[in-house]
Amino acid sequence: MKIHEYQAKAILAKYGVPVPRGEVAFTVDEAEAAAKKIGGSVVVKAQIHAGGRGKGGGVKVAKDAAEAVEIAKKMLGMRLVTHQTGPEGIVVQRLLVEETLPIARELYLGIVMDRAQGKPVFMASAAGGMEIEEVAAKSPELILKEPLEPGYGLAPFQARSMAFGMGVESESASGAVAAMIGLAKAYDAMDASLAEINPFIVTEDGRVYALDAKFNLDDNALYRHKDLLDLRDMNEEDPLEVEASRFSLNYIKLDGDIACMVNGAGLAMATMDIVKYAGGSPANFLDVGGGANAEQIKNAFRILLSDAGVKAVLINIFGGILRCDVLATGVVNAARELKVTAPIVVRMEGTNVEKGQEILKTSGFNFTVADGMRDAADKVVRAAKGVKA
Amino acid sequence: MSVLVDQNTRVLFQGFTGREASFHAQASIDYGTKVVGGVTPGKGGLMHLGLPVFNTVLDAVKHTGATASVIFVPPPYAADAIMEAVDAGVPLVVCITEGIPTADMVQAREFMKGKSSRLIGPNCPGIISPGKCKIGIMPAPIHKQGHVGVVSRSGTLTYEAVGQLTKLGIGQSTCIGIGGDPIIGTTFLDAIRLFNEDADTHAIVMIGEIGGSAEETAAEYIKTHVKKPVVGFIAGQTAPPGRRMGHAGAIISGGSGKAEDKMKAMKEAGITVCATPAEIGEKVKSRI
Repeated sequence: MKIHEYQAKAILAKYGVPVPRGEVAFTVDEAEAAAKKIGGSVVVKAQIHAGGRGKGGGVKVAKDAAEAVEIAKKMLGMRLVTHQTGPEGIVVQRLLVEETLPIARELYLGIVMDRAQGKPVFMASAAGGMEIEEVAAKSPELILKEPLEPGYGLAPFQARSMAFGMGVESESASGAVAAMIGLAKAYDAMDASLAEINPFIVTEDGRVYALDAKFNLDDNALYRHKDLLDLRDMNEEDPLEVEASRFSLNYIKLDGDIACMVNGAGLAMATMDIVKYAGGSPANFLDVGGGANAEQIKNAFRILLSDAGVKAVLINIFGGILRCDVLATGVVNAARELKVTAPIVVRMEGTNVEKGQEILKTSGFNFTVADGMRDAADKVVRAAKGVKA
Repeated sequence: MSVLVDQNTRVLFQGFTGREASFHAQASIDYGTKVVGGVTPGKGGLMHLGLPVFNTVLDAVKHTGATASVIFVPPPYAADAIMEAVDAGVPLVVCITEGIPTADMVQAREFMKGKSSRLIGPNCPGIISPGKCKIGIMPAPIHKQGHVGVVSRSGTLTYEAVGQLTKLGIGQSTCIGIGGDPIIGTTFLDAIRLFNEDADTHAIVMIGEIGGSAEETAAEYIKTHVKKPVVGFIAGQTAPPGRRMGHAGAIISGGSGKAEDKMKAMKEAGITVCATPAEIGEKVKSRI
């Protein structure tokens, strides 16, 4: 789960990481009140779950509250397009209004999971303000790393080593070290899967601040962080994905026209791949899981077909625990109930495959039965292009 | 021969009396696997499926001489179940559970350091040596005893590959599902080493997916150490970056973990890389 910058900063502040004075605003009036309260010049930042906001016009400095109002009027409701949002962009519904600070240096702090080591790794770099991927590609020597040992977190000596390694002056070092340890504590306490402060700034008078903040939370651990669930912003998610998540379906909307329903994440990805290989374009990723029942199949179907761009459906199931006859019954019932008109190609393999195929053939619906994944992909691509099977 | 499990493996079920575990324990017994009992805290002393239930893994091992344990415990308690099995000295621990918090797995992996147990999974279908021993949730009938070792991060995609092999008359020595999570026990590299050293395994199939760099690490090893034919596939060639594709570990982040990079590394290591999952069987046939 992703959260907003202002939410991440509130958490960081709790762990002793200095953040600029600021307030979230959902309306122009709130933005004005926040700007007046802060006083002087402020920065107005669009709150969306995507990076690259500055370049897209989502971060503006106002010299006073009056200008902040003008900026807020334009920014609230605008469709912000960045390299991470896709061409359709995201509508801005929340702003963060913050004090401006005299920046002397921009640094980078972050924590990611190191899969090979099996533990999180803390990264620090003097090249702040840039995307860390870019730094890693161009000048990896600028990235300092320290492992977070389970149970110990970031030790002060590790933080000192990185702070001095980035060239932080002595007067700012203890502040930087405290902030780094705070970030590591927050990462641990929130069960985060990624945490970033970019840039982490040193001001002209030697103070340190988290000027931006990003946290991704481990979805698997959310059950023990009920308070963090309130931070979820459904406006940032695709409505179909939100709907699918209510039925424990793993659905990701894509921009093609061939809907895919598959059991298992790996097979679902491989199905998208072979559709593309056959000259088609998948409309979604959908893993119905290993133990799907008829009700889930029906819901999956409904969600797939609510995507207006869908021209054909491919069902690819390798029946293990999920038996093919159960699947076929679910599909037929769903097709009947939902009055499906799009052509449907079904590929089934595994437990009770003959029974399943018989159910499809005698259903009265025009299912196309495919033999193997290649055949299935070819048939559904033809169907999506309007060619009769 | 086969790797890790065979007709002598004595299997324990953790979370034994639950619905899923009961179903799969029965399927394993029907397959001929030596299931020796199970653990459900609080139900020690009862019998289930005609087998004894124990309160702790330590008790169960003492009384049954189990050499492997399979975990069907819900996510919040699964990492603890892994540590309990490791602490009891069970040589092979297979964790089927999907959805374990990553931080819990970090702790479990740390706990395992210096201990002799091997972990397979979590979030995996398990391990099967066809005709000998089935530990996990894979459908038994699609397998056939033979000489191809299969290792994969995915469940149903493994069944797809195994189904193709069996249809072509090609049997498998052992199939290992290593799991779709970011932090796992046995890696591609570990599994491929085992297959490389097993005289009865003549060829290897490795099925990877986007996320992480475990495929690249294994490819590096294969390049210099493996003379047996290796056929590979990577799922997620069309996956959008930054999105988690079902598996917790299947995500392209910060420009790393891309399918094309993995496929390139595998090709450079002499692995026959399949463009689509439909040709895994045929490619194996052409290499043996």
